[in-house]
Amino acid sequence: MYNKTLAEQAEGLRNRQFSSRELTEAYLTRIKQHPELNAFITVTEDLALRQADAADARLAQGDAGVLTGIPIAHKDIFCTDGVKTSCGSKMLDNFIAPYNATVVANLQQAGSVMLGKLNMDEFAMGSSNETSYYGPVKNPWDLNAVPGGSSGGSAAAVAARLAAGVTGTDTGGSIRQPASFCGITGLKPTYGRVSRYGMIAYASSLDQGGPMTRTAEDAAILLQAMAGFDGRDSTSAERPVLDYRAALNQPLDGLKIGLPKEFFGEGLSSDVASVIEAAIDEYRKLGAEIVEVSMPNLKLAIPAYYVIAPAECSANLSRFDGVRFGYRCASPADLTDLYTRSRGEAFGREVKRRILMGTYALSAGYYDAYYIKAQKIRRLISEDFKKTLAGVDVLMGPVAPSVAFGIGEKLGNPIEMYLSDIYTIAVNLAGLPAMSIPAGLASGKPVGLQIIGDYFAEDRLLAVAHRYQQATNWHQLTPPGFQ
Amino acid sequence: MEWETVIGLEIHTQLATKSKIFSGAATAYGAEPNTQACAVDLGLPGVLPVLNQDAVRMAVKFGLAIEAEIAPYSVFARKNYFYPDLPKGYQISQFELPIVGNGHLDIEVDGETKRIGITRAHLEEDAGKSLHEDFHGLTGIDLNRAGTPLLEIVSEPDMRSAKEAVAYMRKLHELVRYLGICDGNMQEGSFRCDANVSVRPKGQKEFGTRAELKNINSFKFVEKAINYEVERQIDLIEAGGKVVQETRLYDAVKDVTRSMRSKEEANDYRYFPDPDLLPVSISEEFKAEVQATMPELPEAKKQRFKDQFGLDDESTAILTSSREMADYFEALLQASGCEARLCANWVTGELAAALNKSSLEISDSPVGYQRLAGLLQRIADNTISGKIAKQVFEEMWQNEAGADEIIDTQGLKQITDTGAIEAIIDKIIADNQGQVEQYRSGKDKVFGFFVGQVMKAMQGKANPEEVNRMLKEKLQP
Repeated sequence: MYNKTLAEQAEGLRNRQFSSRELTEAYLTRIKQHPELNAFITVTEDLALRQADAADARLAQGDAGVLTGIPIAHKDIFCTDGVKTSCGSKMLDNFIAPYNATVVANLQQAGSVMLGKLNMDEFAMGSSNETSYYGPVKNPWDLNAVPGGSSGGSAAAVAARLAAGVTGTDTGGSIRQPASFCGITGLKPTYGRVSRYGMIAYASSLDQGGPMTRTAEDAAILLQAMAGFDGRDSTSAERPVLDYRAALNQPLDGLKIGLPKEFFGEGLSSDVASVIEAAIDEYRKLGAEIVEVSMPNLKLAIPAYYVIAPAECSANLSRFDGVRFGYRCASPADLTDLYTRSRGEAFGREVKRRILMGTYALSAGYYDAYYIKAQKIRRLISEDFKKTLAGVDVLMGPVAPSVAFGIGEKLGNPIEMYLSDIYTIAVNLAGLPAMSIPAGLASGKPVGLQIIGDYFAEDRLLAVAHRYQQATNWHQLTPPGFQ
Repeated sequence: MEWETVIGLEIHTQLATKSKIFSGAATAYGAEPNTQACAVDLGLPGVLPVLNQDAVRMAVKFGLAIEAEIAPYSVFARKNYFYPDLPKGYQISQFELPIVGNGHLDIEVDGETKRIGITRAHLEEDAGKSLHEDFHGLTGIDLNRAGTPLLEIVSEPDMRSAKEAVAYMRKLHELVRYLGICDGNMQEGSFRCDANVSVRPKGQKEFGTRAELKNINSFKFVEKAINYEVERQIDLIEAGGKVVQETRLYDAVKDVTRSMRSKEEANDYRYFPDPDLLPVSISEEFKAEVQATMPELPEAKKQRFKDQFGLDDESTAILTSSREMADYFEALLQASGCEARLCANWVTGELAAALNKSSLEISDSPVGYQRLAGLLQRIADNTISGKIAKQVFEEMWQNEAGADEIIDTQGLKQITDTGAIEAIIDKIIADNQGQVEQYRSGKDKVFGFFVGQVMKAMQGKANPEEVNRMLKEKLQP
């Protein structure tokens, strides 16, 4: 059962091959069998079984939707009513959210079953899932390697068949890079397509939630339920949600793919490069036209990102002050002591580093040189993408410069860690949708192909990914030991 | 040396929206602590602000009223600082691009009109309240006020005396209430003032170093705080000292200002555009829509009252002191069909005095304009005299009866029957021959005695004009 895709499970439930309770129990058992991955922070067994039974009743009545009875799990960044929502931090280890994030509510409304909450880098700051207060997540393909981050628990869970579909969030590559490292399909939608309400903010102008699944079809099914205008999020897009699943088979005649030459230069490991080239060859065989394009400002993406994201996070994380919720230090002497010790004791090193960087960048005398400059670069990068996407349908390239690296390998070198997001960050700055789909293995580890589309063209993106998955079977590979 | 005072005011007006500026929680004053704070006001993880359009409408209304530039594009920014009653660790405010730009307000001091520039007005959210009493050494936090919409109105440093500052503040207070965008309640903190005060030798162009006086919450205290501060600065400079730029708090009990924090200790607020909120764009259509709801403003109303009704300056000033008062007057005028002068006299006289005595606002008056109109009509048609009318009014204040009902049941109807009056007069003249002699010998004052006697005998109900006329006739030698 757990080896089936989400679409297959939906069919199985509808045909009464198995019940939601059976499917849910199978996953709960499997989650218990694989504590070594450390993919879950919280498993909501009782809730899951209750939801499964309710779903079975609806299935029996015949008023079920495609997601009714499908077990999923949420990145622990999404607030879940009555369930611990830690954001991977000691700061929120005691935080039971009193409300559901819109994404959670939408998926619940669609009838899905929640298995639990997934591990992640602390406050989504990290590219390896090593900054979590709950310890690192292991990559199912190599238990000594990282799963990527920050949605590392999400990616590992899908790869290890602990859930067929999960949610993730992507601020600088946090859906795509772990999807690439764990050999699954991940979609970061256009900024504003999925509500951010109830998704704990890291960098508000960049954060975007999205689905992580094994196939593009499953991603389409999940996105369908997640997406939509939300009056509680002012940055949410007020435009209709397309029928993504129906669009999977849209004709791709004359598909024109742009390869940004900046994605194939120095720093890209050769084994990853050859997997990507092979994938592009596959598209060529399928009839696509391939052209090289150039976006000269892409090289400025990382420095711009590491001003904007920390600046926003420095304010976003101010609410964690030990006053109303979350961690509070023991017997504070006075107000300053309450603030400094509560924050000092509960935030990890990477979070502190980014708060400090952001505070510095916004300080009087530095604001223009850093924040304003970074915003200008952001505009230039968006312009580059707009111009380029006017001439091609999608852009393709690697997701990350290498396959999953070893646990501990880059932890001591933040700059090197930051560079692992070099191909993903620019997309967030521009607010575009992008995917990572499994494209092969290098040294036995998965390599993801990145596909970037135009604003709100998730349908096109999913169709392009789906076509590849019809022609190849890289997305069906299962990590050894998890079959 | 002769000194010149320079004052600029920053006034926080709490906008009279039903819900908060970025959440759906209610803004009503005086609820149990923390019962009017929703997830957004509490700054829970994951929540997002959504702008209340009513707050924008009110800001635009204010901008149009002071003939200011309304920014076609304005931006909300985060003002970062830590304080326990500031839930998010930042206040959402406006910094570089406020919604209302340059405007002005004319004030009148000692008969002279002066134009005070308004630099800007911007929207922001209020913080909660820290309660330091009753918590046994701990601090309580009440977040009911957190997220209440404020319009901060910043003036140019155009005022030259505490008197001008108070006149400006009163004018602004009147205006925001006229516009219906603020209840103006200073006790509840709906209208709060900070004053920037400096002095300079008369004739000098450059400004002196200023002190900012925080949170002075009455017209009286603004005047006293500024006067104290001006004196302090002059004394300091004349003694060879220097004014330092700082924030000072006014202590109303001791009537002094005290240093709160210096410029060096001032926060770096690290303002930056709030990524959770889109920039606000105000279209010409929106402005026109707001303009259409604009009430007649105080100045225009004053002029009209003078022109249309021929009222004097004093009555006009009282009648237009609030929109409610002016509306009451006009409604009374319309309902009664009486002369404007009569209506004005009653509203500014008996009614105002009675309201004042009961500490009531005109909107809470026990005697509505319709009942008062009924009374004035009986004065106009000579059913009762002005004196009896006051008696009837007192009765109306106590219960809900109409003027006619009171006049009827108490038999207060004026007697104009000349036969009845004549009979009484004849009797009084016959009974008081001594006084008649005095009058006829030229003691005019005695005339009042006769009027009094007649009125007394007729329980005040005789038509006074008739009594006068007939008495004069009968007393002729």
